[in-house]
Amino acid sequence: MKHPVSILRNPATRIWLLLMLATGLTWFLVEGHAVSAPIAATSAVLIGGIKARLVFMRYMELQHAPRVWRLLFEAWALVCVSFILLGYWLASS
Amino acid sequence: MPESIDLATPAMAAPRAGAGSRHERSARKLPGDSGVWLFITADTFAFGLFFLLFTIGRAEQPALYRESALALVPGIGVLNTMILLTSGWLMVLAVDAARHGDRRLLVQRLLLTMLVASGFAATKVYEYTTKVQAGITLLTNDFYMYYYVFTGIHFLHFLIGLAVLAVCLSKARRDTLDGHYLIWIESSASYWHMVDLLWIMLFPLLYLLR
Repeated sequence: MKHPVSILRNPATRIWLLLMLATGLTWFLVEGHAVSAPIAATSAVLIGGIKARLVFMRYMELQHAPRVWRLLFEAWALVCVSFILLGYWLASS
Repeated sequence: MPESIDLATPAMAAPRAGAGSRHERSARKLPGDSGVWLFITADTFAFGLFFLLFTIGRAEQPALYRESALALVPGIGVLNTMILLTSGWLMVLAVDAARHGDRRLLVQRLLLTMLVASGFAATKVYEYTTKVQAGITLLTNDFYMYYYVFTGIHFLHFLIGLAVLAVCLSKARRDTLDGHYLIWIESSASYWHMVDLLWIMLFPLLYLLR
């Protein structure tokens, strides 16, 4: 019987690190006041969309699913991020 | 000693490698039960509708929503996000242990998944308590109505997920780790990751649109 790969060598660990770093970056952008509030908010939503896609593809294994399922959830993330940002920018203008 | 499983069981039959040949394309499959995936799809799209309702509300009252969002503490949202991401990662490792028939690792990782996830419940209760003590309730304004309803429905999903993980743990201890168990844990993991990703979208929507 093959044993599971070690935690450090498991690809899921690299994805987890990436997701944690992305969350830290979001916090820095919003609380560190490194950029203006609209840029920070926009970045936070975009980063959220990328994180959601990573979870879909790598943790929920949609990268190995039939293409129609993958496209369905990729479209969901894209549409959600688009209308959230559109609403935000229209309200800010 | 870890218990071995029958590699010919349905859940183990599909290779996880990338696409390419006709055989590989035909081997593409969703993890777990397809009925669970229909539920996940319906739930995810329902939350998409919630996000749209919130966006429309925000476009109508941008100042109110901005001021209300400023009263939320992003640090708590970040902490909750990191807790769920870590719990999701541990769940992936638990499924990996189940696929390899390693009962000891599976039980350890499921326990860790639940232990880390319980931190989300603790911070959520703290957050709700401090908000209510500050006089901020469901009736304060439209922003907080959405805040309580959306995070409340999400929290309900989280609690259901914890219960499902408890069943996975119980079955991991006593049942044979065969194809049926793999369908169970893969379906549960898919649901658990859905709880995670819905929070990933809720967090910037509620806390960070300033």
